[in-house]
Amino acid sequence: MPDKLPDASGHFGIYGGRFVAETLIEPLEELTRAYRKYIDDEEFLAEFDRDLKTFVGRPSPLYHARRWGGQFTDARVYLKREDLNHTGAHKVNNTVGQALLAQRMGKTRIIAETGAGQHGVATATVAARMGLECVVYMGAEDIRRQAVNVFRMKLLGAEVVEVTSGSKTLKDAMNEAMRDWVSNVDDTFYIIGTVAGPHPYPVLVRDLQSVIGREARQQCLETTGKLPDVLVACVGGGSNAIGLFHPFLQDSSVRLIGVEAGGHGLQTGRHAAPLSDGRPGVLHGNRTYLMEDEHGQINPTHSISAGLDYPGVGPEHAWLKDSGRVEYVSANDAEAVDAFHDLTRMEGIMPALESSHALAHARKIAADMDSDAVLIINLSGRGDKDIETIATMEGITL
Amino acid sequence: MSRISSTYQSLKQHNRTALIPFITAGDPSPQNTLEIMQALVRHGADIIELGVPFSDPMADGPVIQRANERALEQGISLSGVLDMVEQFRRSDTRTPVILMGYLNPIEIFGYEEFALRAEAAGIDGVIIVDLPPEEAAPLNRHLRDRQIDQIFLVTPTTTERRIESIAGIASGFLYYVSVKGTTGGKGADPAGIKDRLRLVRQKTDLPVAVGFGIRDAGTAARVADYCDAVVIGSALVEAIHAAVTAGDDIAAQVGSFLAPVRHTLDKAA
Repeated sequence: MPDKLPDASGHFGIYGGRFVAETLIEPLEELTRAYRKYIDDEEFLAEFDRDLKTFVGRPSPLYHARRWGGQFTDARVYLKREDLNHTGAHKVNNTVGQALLAQRMGKTRIIAETGAGQHGVATATVAARMGLECVVYMGAEDIRRQAVNVFRMKLLGAEVVEVTSGSKTLKDAMNEAMRDWVSNVDDTFYIIGTVAGPHPYPVLVRDLQSVIGREARQQCLETTGKLPDVLVACVGGGSNAIGLFHPFLQDSSVRLIGVEAGGHGLQTGRHAAPLSDGRPGVLHGNRTYLMEDEHGQINPTHSISAGLDYPGVGPEHAWLKDSGRVEYVSANDAEAVDAFHDLTRMEGIMPALESSHALAHARKIAADMDSDAVLIINLSGRGDKDIETIATMEGITL
Repeated sequence: MSRISSTYQSLKQHNRTALIPFITAGDPSPQNTLEIMQALVRHGADIIELGVPFSDPMADGPVIQRANERALEQGISLSGVLDMVEQFRRSDTRTPVILMGYLNPIEIFGYEEFALRAEAAGIDGVIIVDLPPEEAAPLNRHLRDRQIDQIFLVTPTTTERRIESIAGIASGFLYYVSVKGTTGGKGADPAGIKDRLRLVRQKTDLPVAVGFGIRDAGTAARVADYCDAVVIGSALVEAIHAAVTAGDDIAAQVGSFLAPVRHTLDKAA
């Protein structure tokens, strides 16, 4: 059933769709035609696979975190090591794929929005490789807390445009990227970094990121001889989670858990967990769960991790929540930071603060799992970019 | 006949181009909006387009973004905007008022409830920037029940086939967006507009308004020959904001901004 979704116009039940200004309809149609043409095209897929292998470094390993997991469970705990990808996160799977589409569509200019900067870096990286002009929109607040990634993008030849409107974070960067696209539709390809936005982005990004789950499924069967019992992934827009979950949706024995950013705690309202504490609305081209006030204005969000600091979520997650196939929970800032330190010390792996939310929740639920059980956590990115945030919390100036 | 249709019909009889000023409701304050609307009518507005503030105005340029932010700081909600129009209707039952905004505040309000309240307030039409025809049916049904026109946008990227299907469900008038871009952006290219408008006119009998990139009498005059109405937004919002900042009389500023546009349009006719 889930495989049939979205419908031809991009709906997952009542979610998804294409809620954009008229100017963008034809460019989105053009992109949809290209997506449909190439997503099953052997030559395109061969080139995508080759790039994932030789440029990104796939397949990413499935790592048995014995010491870390052994502290709190008898179950086998595995990490899907997306942090080992080129540029340090799962984001590059998608940008490599979309850049190949851009090239085939004859577009010469790439734009993107970014929160933590990981998608911006991954976009600047593929643009550099293909010799395409690249402009990345980033909220002023995020530029402040992710200075290293800003500099990385500049080194890669991208122009980073500071967005000072609204809350100065990811949602505002996305508004600004949309405005750029409206103004430059002829030569510009907009690489959205997550499974949100107008159709076809949610399905396009899902299909490109599903390599994570396909590999994990095969690796798990090879290593453990069985399917995993539980998958855990963090959810901001939700691309790493969909990428891991999607190939398992039909496996009803596999429990799927998405972990949102609980910020200071759901009860405070200062968080970024629309699935846990929001309601359906329309933003950024799709209908989905949003953090909004009683008048339909989008609420400011808070998370310690810039990559999860977004008031919406991909429409397929909204659908998966309502259908009950995936459970959505939250982990707060403090729990994520604690998990960051714990994994770093116990396994010598420094996780991104985004991924740390998944680690924090996995630790909570694994305690009563038995030794036969297999749990996979998507380690969606590495934590190098967060070192300054962590240092600041401890009163250290680097 | 709706207020919008009769307005266009009477303008047509007099061979005049409609002038549609846009302002953001609640900017600089809710108290000023009524006064500004009345000044707009005094100085030649045929239809008023009232922007409903939204936190994420994706299709708007910096001028209207800031106006939205200022209005939201005043606590303006969709309900508050409807109240303003209700108030305006006490002294003006003739000038059509159109709301322009984004879907989410209406979605949260509830489509049926919105249509009901909008009719009661005296709203004549709505333009929802991020609600293309493909997604518009559920709201359109309720608007139709209340005789409120749903006005759709046609842009330089709209294909011929889409223009036909948009013309099929639109009512009131068609709004031609003259540039690929956001509100208040680069100026429109009159030559390109002429060809596109000829095409649009082949597909519909509805009046056609042109907006985006029209900022003064000069730019209005250049497109007036090919359309039934011109919309001026960002430049007016900017002028109002400048008056507020300088401590000038807002109504007077509105008059000195709009009067020359009206004059030029009438002279061209």
